[in-house]
Amino acid sequence: MARQTTKLDTKKVSAELFTLTYGALVTRLLKDYENIDDVNKQLERMGYNIGIRLIEDFLAKTNCGRCYDFRDTAEKIQLAFRTYLGVFPQVSNWSAANDEFSLLFDNNPLTEFVELPDHCLNLKYSNIFAGILRGACEMVQMEVTSWFVQDQLKGDNITELRIKFIKKLEDAIPVGED
Amino acid sequence: MIVYSVYIVSKSGGLIFNYDHTVSKVEVEQTFSYPLEFKLVNENKRVIVSFGQRDGIIVGHVLMSVNGISLTGQQLDDGKDVFEVLENSENYPVSLKFGRPKMTTNEKIFLASMFYPLFAIASQLSPEPKSSGIEILETDTFKLHCFQTLTGVKFMVVAEPTDIKLDVLLNRIYELYADYVLKNPFYSLEMPIRCELFDQNLQLLLEQVEKSGLANI
Repeated sequence: MARQTTKLDTKKVSAELFTLTYGALVTRLLKDYENIDDVNKQLERMGYNIGIRLIEDFLAKTNCGRCYDFRDTAEKIQLAFRTYLGVFPQVSNWSAANDEFSLLFDNNPLTEFVELPDHCLNLKYSNIFAGILRGACEMVQMEVTSWFVQDQLKGDNITELRIKFIKKLEDAIPVGED
Repeated sequence: MIVYSVYIVSKSGGLIFNYDHTVSKVEVEQTFSYPLEFKLVNENKRVIVSFGQRDGIIVGHVLMSVNGISLTGQQLDDGKDVFEVLENSENYPVSLKFGRPKMTTNEKIFLASMFYPLFAIASQLSPEPKSSGIEILETDTFKLHCFQTLTGVKFMVVAEPTDIKLDVLLNRIYELYADYVLKNPFYSLEMPIRCELFDQNLQLLLEQVEKSGLANI
C-alpha cells in the first residue's frame, strides 16, 4: 500500500495489518450475506469503487500515457500491482487475438494467513482485484472483465487471474484526447 | 511566479473546485460633492461606473459602499435606493468606495462550462486528427494553463504571463487531488470538492511556488 517513490508520502502501513483488515472485511461479509455468490459480488463492487479512484492516483504518480494495445495495458496493470501491493505478477498465456491474458501470482498478500473452510469453497476470496481492475480500466475508457482461473487457496500451485478486453468505451473518451 | 487561481472541471464539464490565491485588492474611497462627475449604472445586479473615468475610479469598477454603508444590488443596507440617495443634493458631501468586481461563484460556474466547448472546438480546429484541446490561453494580463487527465478531468491554473511551462505544477495539483480528494471516502466523484486537507495542501504548494519557483516541488 505504500509508495516508495514520492516525497510526500513516507507513511507505510504494516502489510500484516492490511492483510488482517481485508480478512476481517471478508468474514464480516460472509456473516452479513448468507449466499456466497452475494459476497463475491460485494467484494467485486467494493473493488470497483476503489478502482475508479485509484486510477487517478496511478496516473498522477506514474505519468503514464494512454495504452495503444492490450499489451501496454498488461504492462501497466503489472506495474500497478508492484506499486500498490509490492507483488510481481507474471504476464502470460496470451490469447491468439491478444485480447486476453493471465496474471500469475506466486504469492498473494491478501491470502497470506488464510485457509478456506469447507463451507465456502465457492468464495472468491480475492475478488476485490477483479473489481479494482474493472473500475480502473473503465475510467480510462476500456471495458475489461477478469476472473480467477487458479487459486492457491483452493490447492493450486499458483494464483492465476485472467483478464479479458471487451471493448473501448468510445463515447466516454474525452475530447482533445488521442 | 504568481498564481492567481486554480480551477478543476469534472469529466462532465461542471466546475467542481475553484480557489483564488493571489487577488490584488483595488479599492478606492473618496468624498464627492454634488453633482457626481461620472455615470453609474445598474448592471447584472451591481452598480458599476459606466463613464467618466477619473483618479483611481475606473470604468467597470463597482460601487461597494456609500458613507460606509454597503449595498446589495442597488439597495443600501439601511433600505434606501442608491440612485435616489445620489440624486439628492442634500445628501452631499458623500463618501463612496469603489473596487474591482469579484466574480461570484455562479459566474465562475458559468465561465467554466463555457470553457468546455471552447476546448472541444480547439481540438477540432487542428489540421491533424486527434489534437489536444487548449493547453495554454494567453492574454495581456494572465496565462491560463490547462491540463486534461486521461480520465477527462481538467485542471486549470491562471497565472501571470511568463514563458515558464506549468506542467509540473499542474501534475502536482493532480497528485494532491488523487491523494486528498479521491482517497477521502466521503467524497463522491463528480461532486464539488469540499475537502479541507486538499485546500490546505494546495495553498501550501502555491505558496512554495511563489517563493521558490517550480524547481523544487
